[in-house]
Amino acid sequence: MDLDPEGLFRDDSDSESEFYREKDSTKEFVVYLVDASPKMFGAARSDEDEKPETHFHAAINCISQSLMAQIIGRSYDEVAVCFFNTKEKKNLQDLNGVYVFNVMDRECLDRPTARLIKELSYVEDRFMSNIGSRYGIVSGSRENSLYNALWVAQALLRKGSAKSVSKRILLFTNEDDPFGSITGATKTDMIRMTLQRAKDTQDLGISIELLPLSWPDEEFNVSIFYAELLGLEGDDISQFLPSAGEILEDMTDQLRKRMFKKRKVKTIRFSIANDICIEVNTYALIRPTSPGQIMWLDSVTNLPLKTERSFICADTGALVQEPHTYFHPYKNEIIKFSMDELSKIKNISDGQLHLLGFKPLDCLKDYHNLRPSTFIFPTDEEIVGSTRIFIALHRSMLRFQRFALAFYGSLYHPQLVALVAQDEITSSSGQVEPPGMHMIYLPYSDDIRHVEELHMAVDANAPRATDDQIKKASALSRRIDLKDFSVCQFANPALQRHYGILQALALGEDEMPEIKDETLPDEEGLSR
Amino acid sequence: MARNKEAVVLLLDVGPSMHSVLSEVESVCSMLVQKKLIFGKSDEVGVVLLGTDDTCNELQKEVGGYEHIVVLRNISVVDGNAVDFLQNLPRGNFRGDFIDAIVVGIDLLIKKFGPTNKGKQRICLMTDARYPIKAPYEGTKEDQVNTISQMMQTHGIRLDCIVIREKLPEADLRVMEENDNLLDQFSRKAIAKIVHVDSSTSLLGALKTRNISPVTVFRGDLELSSTMKIKVWVYKKTSEEKFPTLKKYSDKAPSSDKFATYEVKVDYEYKSMEDPDKVVPPEQRIRGYRYGPQVVPISSAEWEAVKFKPEKGVKLLGFTDASNILRHYYMKDVYIFVPEPGNKKAIVAVSAIARAMKDMNKSAILRCVWRQGQGNVVIGVLRPNISSVDNIPDSFYFNVLPFVEDVREFQFPSFSSFPSSWQPNEQQQEAADNLVKMLDLAPSSKEVLQPDYTPNPVLEKKKSSKRAWRGKPSTFSEKEEGVDGEASDIQSSNLMKDSSNINVEKIGNLNPVQDFEAMMARRDSSKWVSKAIKDMQNHVSDLLENSYDGDAYSKAIECLVALRKGCILEQEPKEFNRYLLGLYEKWKDTDLANFFELLSSKSLTLISQKEASDSNVTEEEAKNFPVKTELKF
Repeated sequence: MDLDPEGLFRDDSDSESEFYREKDSTKEFVVYLVDASPKMFGAARSDEDEKPETHFHAAINCISQSLMAQIIGRSYDEVAVCFFNTKEKKNLQDLNGVYVFNVMDRECLDRPTARLIKELSYVEDRFMSNIGSRYGIVSGSRENSLYNALWVAQALLRKGSAKSVSKRILLFTNEDDPFGSITGATKTDMIRMTLQRAKDTQDLGISIELLPLSWPDEEFNVSIFYAELLGLEGDDISQFLPSAGEILEDMTDQLRKRMFKKRKVKTIRFSIANDICIEVNTYALIRPTSPGQIMWLDSVTNLPLKTERSFICADTGALVQEPHTYFHPYKNEIIKFSMDELSKIKNISDGQLHLLGFKPLDCLKDYHNLRPSTFIFPTDEEIVGSTRIFIALHRSMLRFQRFALAFYGSLYHPQLVALVAQDEITSSSGQVEPPGMHMIYLPYSDDIRHVEELHMAVDANAPRATDDQIKKASALSRRIDLKDFSVCQFANPALQRHYGILQALALGEDEMPEIKDETLPDEEGLSR
Repeated sequence: MARNKEAVVLLLDVGPSMHSVLSEVESVCSMLVQKKLIFGKSDEVGVVLLGTDDTCNELQKEVGGYEHIVVLRNISVVDGNAVDFLQNLPRGNFRGDFIDAIVVGIDLLIKKFGPTNKGKQRICLMTDARYPIKAPYEGTKEDQVNTISQMMQTHGIRLDCIVIREKLPEADLRVMEENDNLLDQFSRKAIAKIVHVDSSTSLLGALKTRNISPVTVFRGDLELSSTMKIKVWVYKKTSEEKFPTLKKYSDKAPSSDKFATYEVKVDYEYKSMEDPDKVVPPEQRIRGYRYGPQVVPISSAEWEAVKFKPEKGVKLLGFTDASNILRHYYMKDVYIFVPEPGNKKAIVAVSAIARAMKDMNKSAILRCVWRQGQGNVVIGVLRPNISSVDNIPDSFYFNVLPFVEDVREFQFPSFSSFPSSWQPNEQQQEAADNLVKMLDLAPSSKEVLQPDYTPNPVLEKKKSSKRAWRGKPSTFSEKEEGVDGEASDIQSSNLMKDSSNINVEKIGNLNPVQDFEAMMARRDSSKWVSKAIKDMQNHVSDLLENSYDGDAYSKAIECLVALRKGCILEQEPKEFNRYLLGLYEKWKDTDLANFFELLSSKSLTLISQKEASDSNVTEEEAKNFPVKTELKF
């Protein structure tokens, strides 16, 4: 049962579930492989009066945030957290220098639980005493902690078929030259072994992604070793941007963004003219997050209940099979529709996006909106040349400040859409707005209401503000100007509260957490 | 139901100058009734025609005058007959007087409803207002309009007026100006809205088919600060019109049962997992909330005690540069904030802030809790909406912005990072530039396919409306015909070729087909389509006339094919059919007769209804051309 209790998060209009629920065909298994060498615990920022921030802390921070998002959103994905370059060892293979972090009631690779998130966020406090940090690759020893770590991670990801599950290893480290401390044949040998290990892992369908942390004065050099391990070549290396940055927060931000795996909604054809068709992927970058499913339980046993539907004829009270015919009264008659007919009526289009033409941006009014937008980005996978045509159009649209009007023949919502070209915007914390086009769903005349006409002043002009009054209003707006306002700077207080309560109850805590509502205006600030 | 009940009187001008658009008027009006049959079954509709040959209305009988006005249908609840009436409007041969017609319409409404039903009565006038109205017996025309407006106001009757003027060949501009002024006077003195349309597509959207009594989402203070407040009402401005919900059908009721509902009720039962036969009573059920793999049981009472309970209110957080909020962050359909009706202080305050925001290019950020007990808050953006109509106050539009949880910050590669083989070259970029410039849907402020005038094809489900969104697009996609499917270099060069002749003004001898297509594609003025057709017809006639022993036939056929295609696309089948028949009549008995044999062998024939709905040639007749030519046009 998919119910929203008490309409808690439902708004005035009901929403179409197909649109809001992202198709999640693939589950994801992720192993977070975190370097725990002493270098990771070095102060990444040397503020004298503040507690030094470490790269290790940044990594844990990112992982915690990501797990938090996961437990809310895609709770069927499974994760494992694994440290390497540790003093203690804990892994099925009994390899040195690798510690698989876990909590009770949970397998090593499993869905994140409230306890995992909570204990992980405290792991630093007692890391040194419980797990310990040391360099795993040192001269004079044949130990290879990186090799071991990859092996353990690969073993953790053994379950599930690579076809139905996407498997990833996310490697956090600030050491761009892991074999720098050793020399000679041992070094060549160990590098060769490690690379082979990585290749074997990748051959099994597991992708390895590197999340490098750099020092303010010393950029992570991916070409020393990791380029080869990741299989980067030529251009790729120069494109691989190490998350450099003066500020650790920016770096955390970049890492957090990079940890997301892009999930597309679908691939659609975009027909530009009769015979020119390109392909684009659509992404749901902005969708309201709902508080998740609820289910009915038996309050005595706390076990889930099974819901059964039965259909009853309103006229005779007879129990009937689920009907496949629908009806609507029309002209004093009853018009019946079969399921087939219904789908035909609704389906007047082919699922493609058809370009109709272009309009200046100011033709897109503030009231031309119905639902959250969808992002589109070209793909050359099926139709070669898609990206090229898309880029050319994108550039022209930006140049002439036009948006494209198109007809999107989606099955559920055949609709006119505006395609607004967005230029890439970057900041010190990486990409802020990706390059591409945003598809904005336009209303039809049926959807627009002329409410303002309800209260027309009859036989008199509506009062307007005088220039003087406008000037005063301008002064007011200058006084309460939010200079650095960025969209989505607020957390949803209702969701935060919801999950705060659930987390507390899931962990058996008595105290209900206090959640600060950041959305309340700063009354003190305003009165100034 | 009854709250939303509405009465509409359609005043339709069927005078001679309207004949060219009457079929569109027929389809849009019958659509209105059909929609009412689905969405508003208890709505009432009356139909009055003006410009008819006959006269039939009560006012004429009672006081005289009011000629050439026929009450086709008295105000009554919508039914199937109304559709039939509207699909077969008679053509009149007289100039109707729209002011008279409005009076007849008001008379119908007053006689039917008297002082009741205020605010739910509407008169909908469709005319081209091209002919002068009669001068009143006393006073000026303006005085007459004032009196009528007064009457409409006392009885709570609204006027929607759609002025349709497609082309203006020999119209009297002075008369039209006078008429427009009179109509505008209605919009100042009464609750009236005048819309001018110049194409049948816009006509479809201009007629408001449904009148929804709007409900406020919020009434109360817009709090600028704890001491500064403006009284506002908030409504939905856009809201998606859904396909009506269908009911599940049960055939169990006996056919003799006249009161059968045929409905099916759905019952839910909750059963225990271990014992599938045991039904768990509602009081023994408890909600389980998922948290990762765990399910946390919480009773309603517990939840009520701890859940987030914000105070009702709409608070301003501050202003920010409009450019800070990109358009694609709008999350929902749109709300409108109007100042409390009748509250002058509120109207002025909203006006001042809206105009200041507009001048400074600012948006405002609000935190809204629409009603007490709502379990969440909304953060959103407020935008100024400066009224363009004198008697409508300024207002704001509002849209919801995402919270941090609602945004997925996926990273995408920069376009500049793509290999050069994926980058457009200079020529391709120029082609794209030309495409964007050429496919201009808003040339010199004449925007087509405006959301406000484009109806939903699924809701209409009518052939006519399908044309509405297809009409324009298909013409230009055709223009790029011949472009190779493989999406690579070649296309762009083809685009180039096409775009190089944007400004073709006449059909030359060198590339007549291309010139024709380019002219048909011109969007800067509607005259180009008719000019292109005319020129092409002349060109073909010239070719044939100067043809010696059939040497120009293949060229002529090429041109005819293009002309035919163009006429189908532009919905001008009659132009083509008339021309082809004319050719045939002119030359069937000359030595050019074999040209027509060639035509039929190439199955180049008349345009049938199947290809263009405006044609009155059946598929059969088209197939038989030129054998059977006794068709008359």
